[in-house]
Amino acid sequence: MDIHEYQAKKILSNFGVTIPRGGIVYSPENAENKAREIGGSRWVVKAQIHSGARGKAGGIIVCNTPLEVAQATDKLLGKKLVTNQTGPEGKIVNRIYIEEATDIEKELYLGLVFDRSSESIMVVASTEGGMSVEEISKEKPETIIRSKIEVAVGMQNFQARELAFGLGIEPDLIRRASDTIIGCYKAFSELDATMVEVNPLVISKQKQILALDCKMSFDNNAMFRRSQVSELRDKTQEDSKEIFASDRGLNYVSLDGNIGNIINGAGLAMASMDMIKLAGGAPANFLDVGGGATPEKIVKAFKLVTMDEKVKVILVNIFAGINRCDWVAEGIVEALKKIEIKVPLVIRLAGTNVEKGNQILKESKINYIEANTLEDAANKAVAALNK
Amino acid sequence: MTVLVDKNSRIIIQGFTGKMGSFHADEMIKYGSNVVGGVTPGKGGSKHLNLPVFNTVKDAVNETGADASILFVPPAFAADSAMEAADAGIKICVAIVDGIPSHDMIRIKRYMRRYTKSSKMTLVGPNCAGIISPGKSMLGIMPGHIYKEGRIGIISRSGTLGYEAAQQLKNLNIGVSTSVGIGGDPINGSSFRDIIEKFETDNETDAILMIGEIGGPQEVAAGEFAKENMKKPVIAYIAGLTAPKGRVMGHAGAIVSAYGESAIEKVEILKECGITISKNPSVMGDTVKSVLEKM
Repeated sequence: MDIHEYQAKKILSNFGVTIPRGGIVYSPENAENKAREIGGSRWVVKAQIHSGARGKAGGIIVCNTPLEVAQATDKLLGKKLVTNQTGPEGKIVNRIYIEEATDIEKELYLGLVFDRSSESIMVVASTEGGMSVEEISKEKPETIIRSKIEVAVGMQNFQARELAFGLGIEPDLIRRASDTIIGCYKAFSELDATMVEVNPLVISKQKQILALDCKMSFDNNAMFRRSQVSELRDKTQEDSKEIFASDRGLNYVSLDGNIGNIINGAGLAMASMDMIKLAGGAPANFLDVGGGATPEKIVKAFKLVTMDEKVKVILVNIFAGINRCDWVAEGIVEALKKIEIKVPLVIRLAGTNVEKGNQILKESKINYIEANTLEDAANKAVAALNK
Repeated sequence: MTVLVDKNSRIIIQGFTGKMGSFHADEMIKYGSNVVGGVTPGKGGSKHLNLPVFNTVKDAVNETGADASILFVPPAFAADSAMEAADAGIKICVAIVDGIPSHDMIRIKRYMRRYTKSSKMTLVGPNCAGIISPGKSMLGIMPGHIYKEGRIGIISRSGTLGYEAAQQLKNLNIGVSTSVGIGGDPINGSSFRDIIEKFETDNETDAILMIGEIGGPQEVAAGEFAKENMKKPVIAYIAGLTAPKGRVMGHAGAIVSAYGESAIEKVEILKECGITISKNPSVMGDTVKSVLEKM
């Protein structure tokens, strides 16, 4: 789960990280007042969407008067911002963060992630703040320093100090810098985060160490014990079909192609998408109805896939194990009584009682194309598309 | 594979009296697995499916001599249950449950560092289908009858894609020595490398089919291990050629976030390690067959 910049900043400030003064607003009038309340003579108006690279997309505007702040807010609110991370549909701006402008002396990069090789938490830092970590590792890999944290004992002061010195921070500021790094680590480990990124972490001309932009992501599996974090979810930043799916226990990812998929198991779903591509088609979605593929889940899956206007063919691929094919077939027949399918439908059943399952489908008089293997299913789906 | 489970494995079910635990315990017993009891805290002393229920794993081990366990407890309590099994002296534990927080998985693995290699429990999963040695024992939730007895080892992240492979092999009259589902989570109990190492020393296995997917370093680590240390052939398929970068594809671990984690990159690296690649998921069985014919 992702959260907004201002939410991440609030969290980090609770862990002792200094952030510029700022506040969230929902209207231009609000914005003007907020700018006066914050004080100073320059402000930054920042569109809150779940994406980085907002600056290049016009989502961050520097203003010199409260009136300009109001105008910038008016310009951004309700707009769809398209960045290199949002996809062509962009993300809607519903909240604006107004922040006092910072006189930047130096921009640094600080990130924390799970390291799957060492199964520990990895802190990554670089002197090249402001660039994405991918760009840094491509263009200035020599500036990257890493520190592996033993989670059983947590981050030690010396580890934070080593990173701070490694970033070339002047001696007077080392203490402050290591407190900042440890604050980020604590936020990561105490809130079940999967990513904390402060980019840039800046040293201001007034010698303050400030988190100027922050991103945090959290482990969906841990939200049962993080109610304060899960409250921060903003559904307006998510794909509506993906919300529909996650609310119904389905794993769904919207893609660009036109062959809709209903499959049980994440691995089999990815494999079926691969076969579609090899057959010359393109999947419209990833959809895992779960290993069990219960009739209820199948009904929901059909509803979801038919919501997508891109879909020109639907491919169902179910490998029935403990749940038998005859039961799955009954579920499909039931689903098709409730939902009208206007596009060709290819069904491949495999596993337990496959003959019986196929027989039920045939006798039901539903209009479909039967397939036997993964390859057969993909080929028939692509052929149906080209008819 | 006798190094994981066999006919003599004495199995307990953690979360025995719940709906999932009861259903799959019954399936395992029907398959012929030697289930000796189960654990549900607070229900110790009662009987369930005609087997004894215990309050703690220690009690179960003391009374039944159990050495294998399978977890059907909710994700919030799964880490605790896995550590309890390790502490009670269970040798092999399969965690079926999907949804254990990553921070908890790290905690389990750190906890297990207190044991020496010989006394350390092997944890398989979470978010997996479990283990089956066809004809011997099933410590999992797979449909047992699709597996033919034989000499191919299967390791798969995905459950249903592992079934697909077993069925393709069966259709070619090729059997399986053991199939291990290691699960789709980013941090898991046993990696591909951990399991292929066991297959290399297993005298019931001739070749290994590894079914990986996008995300994480494990497939590549297994490939590098195989290149240096293995004599038995390894065949691999990597799912997710069409998966977009930065999106989670169902499995929490199936996300491309770094170089070497996409399907194309993994395939290239595995080829360099001398591993035979199954070009697509429809020919996993055929690819194994062609490798066997060359042996």
